[in-house]
Amino acid sequence: MKHQGKYLSVVIAFLVLAPGILAAEVIAITGATVHTMTGQGTLNDATVLVENGYIIAVGNGVRIPDGAERIAANGRIVTPGFFDAYSYFGVSEIDLVKETVDVIQTAERYTASFELADVINPRSTLIPINRIEGVTRAMVAPQAGFYQQLSTSPILGLGSVIHLGSTENFIVARNNALFVMLGETGARLAGGSRANALLLLREALQDARDYAANRQGFDEGRRRVYSLNRLDLDSLVEVLNGQRPIVATVDRASDIESVLRLANEFGIRLVINSGAEAWMVADKLADANVPVILDPLQNLPSSFSALGSTLENAARLDEAGVTVAFSSGDSHNSRNMKQAAGVAVANGLSYETALRALTINPAEIFGVQASYGTVSVGAEADLVIWSGDPLELSTFADYVMIRGKTIAMVSRSTLLFERYKDLDGPLPPAYTN
Amino acid sequence: MSRYFLALAPILMLAACSPPGGDSDARVAPNKDPFPSTYRALPSETLLIRGATIYTGDGGRIENGDLLIRDGKIAEFGQGLALPAGASEIDASGKWLTPGIIDTHSHLGVYASPKVKPQSDGNEATAPVTAEVWVEHSVNPKDPGFAKALAGGVTTMQILPGSANLIGGRSVTLKNVPSRTMQGMKFPGAPYGLKMACGENPKRVYGEALHVAPSTAMGNVAGYRAAWIEAEEYNRLWQEYLDGESDEKPVRDLGLETLAGVLNGEILVHNHCYRADEMAVMLDIAKEFGYKVTSFHHAIEAYKIADLLAESGTCASMWADWWGFKIEAYDGVRENIALVDKAGACAIVHSDSSTGIQRLNQEAAKVIAAANRSGIPVTEEHAMRWLTENPAKALGILEQTGTLAVGKDADLVIWDGNPFSVYSHAENVFIDGALVYDRNDPARQPKSDFMLGILEIDGEIK
Repeated sequence: MKHQGKYLSVVIAFLVLAPGILAAEVIAITGATVHTMTGQGTLNDATVLVENGYIIAVGNGVRIPDGAERIAANGRIVTPGFFDAYSYFGVSEIDLVKETVDVIQTAERYTASFELADVINPRSTLIPINRIEGVTRAMVAPQAGFYQQLSTSPILGLGSVIHLGSTENFIVARNNALFVMLGETGARLAGGSRANALLLLREALQDARDYAANRQGFDEGRRRVYSLNRLDLDSLVEVLNGQRPIVATVDRASDIESVLRLANEFGIRLVINSGAEAWMVADKLADANVPVILDPLQNLPSSFSALGSTLENAARLDEAGVTVAFSSGDSHNSRNMKQAAGVAVANGLSYETALRALTINPAEIFGVQASYGTVSVGAEADLVIWSGDPLELSTFADYVMIRGKTIAMVSRSTLLFERYKDLDGPLPPAYTN
Repeated sequence: MSRYFLALAPILMLAACSPPGGDSDARVAPNKDPFPSTYRALPSETLLIRGATIYTGDGGRIENGDLLIRDGKIAEFGQGLALPAGASEIDASGKWLTPGIIDTHSHLGVYASPKVKPQSDGNEATAPVTAEVWVEHSVNPKDPGFAKALAGGVTTMQILPGSANLIGGRSVTLKNVPSRTMQGMKFPGAPYGLKMACGENPKRVYGEALHVAPSTAMGNVAGYRAAWIEAEEYNRLWQEYLDGESDEKPVRDLGLETLAGVLNGEILVHNHCYRADEMAVMLDIAKEFGYKVTSFHHAIEAYKIADLLAESGTCASMWADWWGFKIEAYDGVRENIALVDKAGACAIVHSDSSTGIQRLNQEAAKVIAAANRSGIPVTEEHAMRWLTENPAKALGILEQTGTLAVGKDADLVIWDGNPFSVYSHAENVFIDGALVYDRNDPARQPKSDFMLGILEIDGEIK
């Protein structure tokens, strides 16, 4: 019993040190062209050493311990796994099958405290399909409009960062951003005018400020009636404290200016999502240090809020000094973010910034840059070996590691292909398992 | 007088002045082309494109190839062509030359940007069978999406009604040229298409939302068959009348006229259908009534019945990788297009998207990569067929365009790099030999009226 107790304490110590990371072996990726996403830039013929899920060495002349598993990159490019900065992984399986959709709420009781973290399904088929193509991290966040459903409030709720490597401990940063919808959709949700949405948000923040300063008074029923309930106010207090940013989905230049003023008024951190016309106010965004999450393919005047849409949005924002990150908009195909990033490069964005927009930039936006987003000592090992230039259409992920764990290159989609690739077998395809 | 009556007055007067209809002696079928194309090729010159890597669109590849445009047609192509006297010349060395891309599935103009309610003209979702509508009457040529598609090398596209209905109406094939009118874009001589839809959409729009038929897959099938039975009867009445076997002139019915056009082989069927088993049923319905499904569209599960498609000579217009937004789209595989192609069926990359239509070459590139990786060898020049030859075939315009052949319309794209690279752009686009888009010359980049004067940047109105 004593012996067993000691063993258990070792296990517990290990779990405390490395929550959720159980891979104990050492893996060495050798001969790699490593985009470190740090000041080190790109390293040629480098070794990346991984132990217990973490990167423990990167560079040339790294000594590889005896017994380490070696993976020869043979000059191929290695990057951190990619990050979808606004996704619905695990909260929508089949978008038009409502029973599988949790990314949108139509109740009215909770807004800012609505959180998806507890209901994310890490066994979603979307996860293997995308991770075998190099997507390893994502912000999972509530949406305002999703197929035929529409939210009830412009304050959508909280998003969390996940990794796509495991069904255990997959939440990397819980509830670390509050999502709101402004602009024309926000107007629709808040009572018809954009002013309704801004007013609703302003009142909520004012109430939260008052609540934060008078919690006891609130509990004793000595404060005025707030526009939100206790849980929502608690959520907004974190925003006022600067512990989490507000991510505002907004496209029109003037709507971006409106929310910039509001953020300034309350001294809160702001992130712009979608931002079709963000380039038109790039200097203001740069001055306020407000990053933009965007889909580089948005170039149509698809609404009256997006008349200035252009494929050069990312390039112009980057040029002005704005941090950009990418989202796919369609998490079933987050794997196509690399294509969109390539299109951004073809339209003026620097290659290095495009890679940053898929890795370290979203990590910084959501405050997880210490553990993910670079190939550097101490970071969790999300590594992809690419068959070629990761942004090129002919390139695939040859090897994917998430938090030190080698990912099996299997998905529902690869299994369907194996089943149907030859139709002339002696038995129906259903027997190919 | 109210505005309503003011607007109506000229129509009422016209009606009053028109001659009494129907000369009983002349037994003629109704005019099949009441909205004729007024398309005229834009000015072109005799032009020699030199030194390109040419993908011919029918699987061929020519290194260091030349192509001569004369009178808007492909006059000659190959290696080492001589420059005719008075001809202009483009040095395309290091560049690629391909036929213009053809999209079999677009809603440009009928869901024009900005996508606001008054511009939502793609689904006559008021009855499950609306064979009487013609999508060309919904096409708004001001859609800024046309110019974006042109910048992606798309020279021809089929505009389809949406998929709310079992039978959604006629399609129209357009040349991607800027025009004040829809008629000015109509592809001369292109046959009409008929949009049909399987699966979830008609059930949702009618059964689920309105509690009328169809509400089930079997309700869908009953709906198609009932429509074809009526069309057969209508066809018979007209045939008897035209052949002089009957003196009773049938009353015109726009919907049945279109369906009869399908039965007579004049109108091509384009059938939105995701699931393999549903496509197999649709092929049987076609057999039952003696028509042909020209192309299935979306066909997420085409790979499961690639052999049936090959056997029936039916094309499949597909996405490279869309999946999962509906349960009938849950079984997507990256190799779908390549597997259909490998089975000997007619595989097509389509867009169904104002964004996707701008990069159909890239969609094909992803399929090439997936196929090669999965042990299905596909060359780039072969995959070009999915973008030009096969869609031209599905639209019934292969004699005019879709491959490089002497005498065909000079619908061409010069790409500034390999068209299957993410970094490449369509640099020059030619339609009937006319330079309609030049990436390096803003004066050769059409811009919709809508885009004029709507942006103020740094105090300047753009």
